[in-house]
Amino acid sequence: MELNIVRYILIFPLLGFLVNGLVGKRLGNKAVGWIANSAVFISFALVVYIFIQLLSMAPGSRLITDTVYTWINSGSLTIDFKLMIDPLTIVMLLVVTGVGFLIHIYSIGYMHGDRSYSRFFAYLNLFMFSMLLLVLSSNIVLMFVGWEGVGLCSYLLIGFWYEKDSAANAGKKAFITNRVGDYGFLLGLFLLASAFASKGILTLDFTTMAAHISLISPQILTIVGILLFVGATGKSAQLPLYVWLPDAMEGPTPVSALIHAATMVTAGVYMIARMNFLYVLAPEALEVVAIVGGLTALYAATIGLVQNDIKRVLAYSTISQLGYMFVGVGVGAFSAGIFHLMTHAFFKALLFLGAGSVIHALSGEQDMRKMGGLKNKIPVTHAVFLAAALAISGIPGLSGFFSKDSILAAAYASGHTVIWLLGFITALLTAFYIFRLIYMTFYGESRLDKHAAEHVHESPKVMTVPLIILAVLSVIGGYIGVPQLLGNLVGWHNSDIFVNFLAPVFRTMPKHEMPVSTESWLMIGSIAMAILGVFFAWYVYIKSKMRPAEHAAESLPGVYRLLLNKYYVDEVYNAIIIKPLLWMSENFLWKIFDVRVVDGTVNGSAQVTQWASTKLRKIQTGDFQVYVMLFLIGVISVLAYFVLR
Amino acid sequence: MGFKENILSIIIFLPLLGVLLGAFIPKENKSAIKWFTLIVSLVEFIVSLFLVIHFDSSSTGMQFTEKYAWIPVYHIQYQLGIDGLSLLLILLTTFLTPLVLLGSWTYIKKREKEYYLWFLVLETGMIGVFASLDLILFYVFWEAMLIPMYIIIGVWGGPRRIYAAVKFFIYTMFGSLLMLVAIIYLYFAYGSQTGTYTFDLLKLYNLSLPMSTQIWLFAAFALSFAIKVPIFPFHTWLPDAHVEAPTGGSVILAGVLLKMGTYGYMRLAMPLFPIAANAFLPYLAVLAIIGIIYGALVAMMQPDIKKLVAYSSVSHLGFVILGLMALNIESVDGAVLQMINHGLSTGALFMLVGMLYERRHTRELSEFGGIAKTMPVFATIFMVVTLSSIGLPGLNGFVGEFLILLGSFFANPVYAVLAGTGVILGAVYMLRTYQKVFWGKITNKANEDLHDLSAREIIVMIPILIMIVWIGVYPKPFLNIIHNASESYIQYVKPQTAQQGQADYQPSMAPQMPERIK
Repeated sequence: MELNIVRYILIFPLLGFLVNGLVGKRLGNKAVGWIANSAVFISFALVVYIFIQLLSMAPGSRLITDTVYTWINSGSLTIDFKLMIDPLTIVMLLVVTGVGFLIHIYSIGYMHGDRSYSRFFAYLNLFMFSMLLLVLSSNIVLMFVGWEGVGLCSYLLIGFWYEKDSAANAGKKAFITNRVGDYGFLLGLFLLASAFASKGILTLDFTTMAAHISLISPQILTIVGILLFVGATGKSAQLPLYVWLPDAMEGPTPVSALIHAATMVTAGVYMIARMNFLYVLAPEALEVVAIVGGLTALYAATIGLVQNDIKRVLAYSTISQLGYMFVGVGVGAFSAGIFHLMTHAFFKALLFLGAGSVIHALSGEQDMRKMGGLKNKIPVTHAVFLAAALAISGIPGLSGFFSKDSILAAAYASGHTVIWLLGFITALLTAFYIFRLIYMTFYGESRLDKHAAEHVHESPKVMTVPLIILAVLSVIGGYIGVPQLLGNLVGWHNSDIFVNFLAPVFRTMPKHEMPVSTESWLMIGSIAMAILGVFFAWYVYIKSKMRPAEHAAESLPGVYRLLLNKYYVDEVYNAIIIKPLLWMSENFLWKIFDVRVVDGTVNGSAQVTQWASTKLRKIQTGDFQVYVMLFLIGVISVLAYFVLR
Repeated sequence: MGFKENILSIIIFLPLLGVLLGAFIPKENKSAIKWFTLIVSLVEFIVSLFLVIHFDSSSTGMQFTEKYAWIPVYHIQYQLGIDGLSLLLILLTTFLTPLVLLGSWTYIKKREKEYYLWFLVLETGMIGVFASLDLILFYVFWEAMLIPMYIIIGVWGGPRRIYAAVKFFIYTMFGSLLMLVAIIYLYFAYGSQTGTYTFDLLKLYNLSLPMSTQIWLFAAFALSFAIKVPIFPFHTWLPDAHVEAPTGGSVILAGVLLKMGTYGYMRLAMPLFPIAANAFLPYLAVLAIIGIIYGALVAMMQPDIKKLVAYSSVSHLGFVILGLMALNIESVDGAVLQMINHGLSTGALFMLVGMLYERRHTRELSEFGGIAKTMPVFATIFMVVTLSSIGLPGLNGFVGEFLILLGSFFANPVYAVLAGTGVILGAVYMLRTYQKVFWGKITNKANEDLHDLSAREIIVMIPILIMIVWIGVYPKPFLNIIHNASESYIQYVKPQTAQQGQADYQPSMAPQMPERIK
């Protein structure tokens, strides 16, 4: 169905960006906040309206399109500015505009008093526009516009406080690391386009590609799948390109919540789900996705165990949770991956905003070693934080439990036992590091600075209300995807609403059935891991009041330092790629090759010419007698030649 | 004689007429000179829009043609005509010239009258190059245009201006002379084959010469244009010329003059000698790729912003050449669009660097830092231009680069794999520059009270910003204009390829081209 209001989902945030960006300074902060928030709210309302429309359509035919204009045309290549909404899109749209709107409201309070208030909201609206474009695109090139657009906003917002060198560096690092991934993405796109072109169908449109995907050989699809995934590892911070995300915490906290937790970083997962028609025919590529996802999940969780900066713990947690999502899509359980994307958006946005509320309360303190005992001083923040922590730990009944469990179950059922094990261990670590955070921040003795202690205060309503809404979502959000196993217990048929809703979008992999008993045991296992993790954290940080950091530093100094320094990956990249490249460019390519060799040759040949002409010039003495003599010598020589020949 | 029949002549000579009239303005009356030349260039721009309105993008031939005997003894004709390629380059010229004049308003403080008049002379020369269809006429404009640029660098340039101007002049001249010899050879070759003598480019296209001859003629043309573009390793005059040239000179040099090299390949070197062109094609593509990567790597380490932008041009023009060498519709469309894009974004970058230079009288990166705080408008505009230059989707640079890379992937995936690294490196050197100039704390006292852009400076930048966004968001009208020029370029260069059995520049792993290109 063609519906021309879809484009307005994009137009309002774009207008918000333009107005606030161009004249925001003159409008005053109040107007800026209103404009930015209304723009996102209108988009959200439109999305809800379209969602209702979509629900009223028959499940198999839920597709709404909006062709705006032809963007690029060259030869037989036509790329339309065309938007598309199917069940997958609408889930993403609801998450992006819904969570996005809550974070916009929260930002009014959080950014209150910042010198660049209007610039902040302008960027935030531009981000919403780009993210919505990414999600709405009906072809992969337009998607790439949104893809790089969100990267730009991420860059601008990480470097928002650009006077801080660390923020400026982090912004640049994010953009460039993403460009490395995008390079892979583009190559994948080119290979896919040329593969289609060789079949006479030059198309980059999702629907058309899906219809003809079987024409392309599986080998090419595998390479395409892996190349596109390289792009995803950049955007969604997976091994080996995750390095930018921890540094991205330099940005204002609402940005960390919106961009670096709930929405942008999930773009890679969305992309793979969107390209599911390709990935199901490229099982090796999916295998790569699942393995990288599983390894990243565990890897980032181990780093998260020892970080002391509250936002850095959450950053590594995000990387780890994104790893779960990739495991989900990687084992072919696309809906499970998207389900976790959604629940994660709720609880991780909440964790970040909650952390923001803590930081706000402590006048900017981020080091958990200087927190503690905040439970009663900021009760609302504590309560919502606890809800989010329980959700991410996978405590039964909360949203994270359902989504994480469906990923792990799918991994096990499809025979990926090793990957399942990685996820299983990660579940333990997750519960541990998040409750370590909770205990260090909210419980135990206060270790606050004097200055901070005097000013501790709960955040204003404009910040706590969004927190409460997100907390409710984190708690109940999982009930739209209750595994049938549990549904059956209470006699609820088709309890997995989420999977059923998305089913028409996804091509299915060969089904793996699992005996009910196995599924039950897996579920009990994950629950045990979650509880165990919480218990360990409690035991270590509350019961025995251990100082595990010092403990570990003494007993396992090597491992501890390795983790604390994040496996030295930044240092390794710096030493083997960045430094040599810069050194070679400056000292060899420029100063020796370009200046001495290339330009030296040019100037050298000029000098030779000059030298030769100064020598030759000596012949032209201007002396008539010499000329006559030379002339005579010439004549005689010629004559002699002819005579003596 | 009529307006429409002689529209190209009018556009070519209008600036020169301005020079003749402007010569009567006393040199003391500086503001009259500035306003007069600005108005002439604006009128010129408006007249050139007439070309767009009446341009038929469905026609495959040359349009707005004019043909008069000039030196009949040698069959030299005054012959003009344009297709989509020349049209866009002419528009780029008439678009940038008034901006450059307005941009120089307060920067030029000596011999103003001559400065502004020389720019009008330069404009005539540049448009003449793009509109000529007779090789001698082309050559005359080609050489004539060197003189004003030589003078602009040599008189109003920086401390080493004489060195830079002479290097620019002699290097370019050296290439041009070889081209002149080749042109004369063509004249006689055509005469001996057909019995009629001509310098008419359109007729010379039909000349078929043996490979052994074509190689030499192609080499002469190709070298001349390679210096102009510049293609690696003929690029070293460019950083010197840019560093010494006044801002206006740099903008026109990067914006238009470099395009004459790429224009030369597309209009002359490749289609005139298709057999040789195909033999050279892989080498040129490799040089283009080296240029992309090498230019970016060297740009990355430059301490002088202008030198940095100069080396980035080597990288960007490598993309254009690669697009022309990949010989399919996507890549050639992209290459032509990228010529325009580079003119806009690099022209804008030079203007911006000039604005900074006027305030601080230095271009050393290490002198700056943190000026986003003192010059927020400037910082914002610089950011948009930076993003355009690194090919951010939604802005102009992406459309060109995307089509070039896609097309080169079709031709040979290895090309795109290598050239694509330029996309990463471009972000590295531009963002590094941006950070060093604008972000961080202000550490240098001299940057503390810089005043932001003046209204005049903002007015200079706005038209370019509009074009940057327009081409990025809605490139279709531009691609429509380009399309037939790209088609005929491919037709001239490609069919011979097949006949001569030289089609093997496409390795077997490259996907087969479908019947899309017809």
